[in-house]
Amino acid sequence: MKIDLTDTTSSKINKALVQGRRAIGTPAVGMVLTLVIVTDEENAYDALKAANEASREHPSRTLVVIKRVSRSPRDRTTSRLDAEVRVGADAGTGETVVLRLYGEVIDHAQSVVLPLLLPDAPVVAWWPVNAPRDPAKDPLGALAQRRVTDSYAAEHPDADLEARAGAYTPGDTDLSWTRITPWRSMLAAALDQVVCEVTSVEVEGEEFNPSCELLAMWLADRLDVPVKRSLSSGPGLTAVRMATDCGPVVLDRPDGSLATLSVQGQPDRAVALKRRETSELIAEELRRLDPDDTYAAALRFGVDRLVGPADAATAQDAPEPAAAADDPAPAQEAPAKPAAKKAPAKQAAKKSSSKAAAK
Amino acid sequence: MTPVHGANPLRDAADRRLPRIAGPSGLVIFGVTGDLSRKKLMPAVYDLANRGLLPPGFALIGFARREWENEDFAQEVHDAVSEHARTPFREEVWQQLVQGMRFVQGNFDDDDAFERLKSTMQELDKAQGTGGNFAYYLSVPPKFFPEVVQQLKKHGLADAPEGSWRRAVIEKPFGHDLESARELNAIVHEVFAPDQVFRIDHYLGKETVQNILALRFANTMFEPIWNRSYVDHVQITMAEDIGIGGRAGYYDGIGAARDVIQNHLLQLMALTAMEEPASFDADALVAEKAKVLGAVRLPKDLGAHTVRGQYAAGWQGGEKAVGYLQEDGIDPKSNTDTYAAIKLGIDNRRWAGVPFYLRTGKRLGRRVTEIAVVFQRAPHSPFDHTATEELGQNAIVIRVQPDEGITVRFGSKVPGTSMEIRDVSMDFAYGESFTESSPEAYERLILDVLLGDSNLFPRTEEVELSWNILDPIENYWDKHGKPAQYPSGTWGPAEADEMLARDGRSWRRP
Repeated sequence: MKIDLTDTTSSKINKALVQGRRAIGTPAVGMVLTLVIVTDEENAYDALKAANEASREHPSRTLVVIKRVSRSPRDRTTSRLDAEVRVGADAGTGETVVLRLYGEVIDHAQSVVLPLLLPDAPVVAWWPVNAPRDPAKDPLGALAQRRVTDSYAAEHPDADLEARAGAYTPGDTDLSWTRITPWRSMLAAALDQVVCEVTSVEVEGEEFNPSCELLAMWLADRLDVPVKRSLSSGPGLTAVRMATDCGPVVLDRPDGSLATLSVQGQPDRAVALKRRETSELIAEELRRLDPDDTYAAALRFGVDRLVGPADAATAQDAPEPAAAADDPAPAQEAPAKPAAKKAPAKQAAKKSSSKAAAK
Repeated sequence: MTPVHGANPLRDAADRRLPRIAGPSGLVIFGVTGDLSRKKLMPAVYDLANRGLLPPGFALIGFARREWENEDFAQEVHDAVSEHARTPFREEVWQQLVQGMRFVQGNFDDDDAFERLKSTMQELDKAQGTGGNFAYYLSVPPKFFPEVVQQLKKHGLADAPEGSWRRAVIEKPFGHDLESARELNAIVHEVFAPDQVFRIDHYLGKETVQNILALRFANTMFEPIWNRSYVDHVQITMAEDIGIGGRAGYYDGIGAARDVIQNHLLQLMALTAMEEPASFDADALVAEKAKVLGAVRLPKDLGAHTVRGQYAAGWQGGEKAVGYLQEDGIDPKSNTDTYAAIKLGIDNRRWAGVPFYLRTGKRLGRRVTEIAVVFQRAPHSPFDHTATEELGQNAIVIRVQPDEGITVRFGSKVPGTSMEIRDVSMDFAYGESFTESSPEAYERLILDVLLGDSNLFPRTEEVELSWNILDPIENYWDKHGKPAQYPSGTWGPAEADEMLARDGRSWRRP
């Protein structure tokens, strides 16, 4: 059932929630968290749909905060809150309140949301688009234990990742990171099956897809080897090639659904690696509400320390990582070289990437 | 974060998004044309693959008498999966699975067939990289166990090459009494090491059952009252609304007690009553469960504290049902129990004097499995008698299936000017929230077999201890009386109600 409230307040919304629950005859539901979706009108529908699907796994109270645009100075001085309360079949397995904010109250959205949070249950904030630079310091983000952003939707994903790294607070997470869980688990499984030392890695995927960078940074952080980021036309991530001291390990997914895992000395194997729906990503995100240290470590590794496709041109003066970038199969010689110290490598990479940026 | 050399640097305990994926391996299903295989095993394998939990190159080999080619088998799996799988059908997952599917045709006494199985496995090692790791799922009637196990031994299929494993998975019944259970164990253990034998009790794979441990040992509010000072008694019920269906051959002579109490109900009782294990690993768990099962005391007068019954003709949920003795393939003079209720005590400090009532039956009111911990009444009530007339005993009910969850029952004042206290219940609905994506028991258990994780599988000693409890009861029943008749669709024979009435208690209506 649906209750529309125009020019309302949080306490009236709370009353409507109780009224709605009574009317459909389920006075109590085992909701496990409050999900706050902060979005604009354009993305609200998709985000809410994904959240409702995810609510099958995590029954929750979903608060959709829509900040509306005021077009005239007069509109900007008035303020109004409209709400749409949905319970029962209209709201997945929980309750949904769509909050539309006009005028001044836009800057005080937390005052609307705070009274509507479920008692004691964790709060998750999700910005499908336009996430604040520092989610934890955002007034709405401050209410949440877990803050979900999505760099994929950002104008400049690389810059966005750097900003996320700078502002990282435990509890932050990003859907671009969630998207690569199947890749990460398959790569880990692949390395379970061989006893080899990885010497260098190449991550190949479409441009402006921060998932590729995150995967590359995770690999670089965990393996401590040079990782090259190269471009393809997608869809999404297309391949990860690991050079090891006993031959290449390649996970290749040209079509966005069925991948092939090839390991030297073993038969090629088909692996289903489908790109997932937003609802599945959100469901995974809600499964664990503790800080994701692995994400933090990968994020902090720094996009600039990856060997990018642009670096190859200026590779001559960047000794270590560039060597890996130049040579398609550095497996044989890389172990012979002295291990690159992290700091100089970083400087070198920085230098080259800043040069590339200057071009 | 420096990677640890020698271990897989991509694995990190703190990285909890990464699921446990089974290593390279294959599953060989004997009796692959059976019902269990079609309805549970194949869909579970697909669901595991769909969730990305199977290794790349996973192999599935079917072994049965039917004249099938690999393609027919793949088609059969395809049909089973699209009909019964929990997760939606996805072509790319199917493509991943179908490459590793093989079918071996043969009888269990056919040496050639086992040689073909062997060469198929070797071929898969090469083509799919299964690395010699295979689990044999014996989805066949127990009388074939010795034969299959011996054949596996004879053809060297049970010997794992260096650095790989071979495991055996067997389904209940694990024998029909202590002696036969020991024989069976001896047969299986002669070929497979005890830690490579996995006994499936699918109840233990259910989320709600695993949640018993979470409820008891992760919380503080339940454990202090989980003992004889507060608990009056415990009722563990597993009721089915169906009859024996087409299982006459298996069921007659076995009966409800052997079919259900020996494994499912005694396991549920052990989990409910056991002490906190030192850790959550298989050895620590089995140690605590074995302690409880070993401390079980049977009532002195088995006639007064056990009841068995047979369903008679009646109406079950609006449908006419025939009685057990009228079912096809059942001897009209059969003494097999389709209903069994027993009272057990546990001789330890926590539970002395607290009866555990276990009951199971077919053609009962509805399908339900639950554990009800019923508490004592308040020692003193400041309210007068009329105020609390309607108040029952407090209870915590763990609903195992269906509608998984936990109910807490307690008294509450009825709104109004007079003081009247009545029972209300508070519900935690596991089902409402997690069923959609909570895995089937078989998924969890098959994955555990492939990972070699034996937490959720009863061990030999548990099976033997359970028979130790049931054997005297079965012997008594063999010598005394006949099963009581109860109309289909009711909650069992009147004798069962009298059994509890003698103790001043009554069965819950689940």
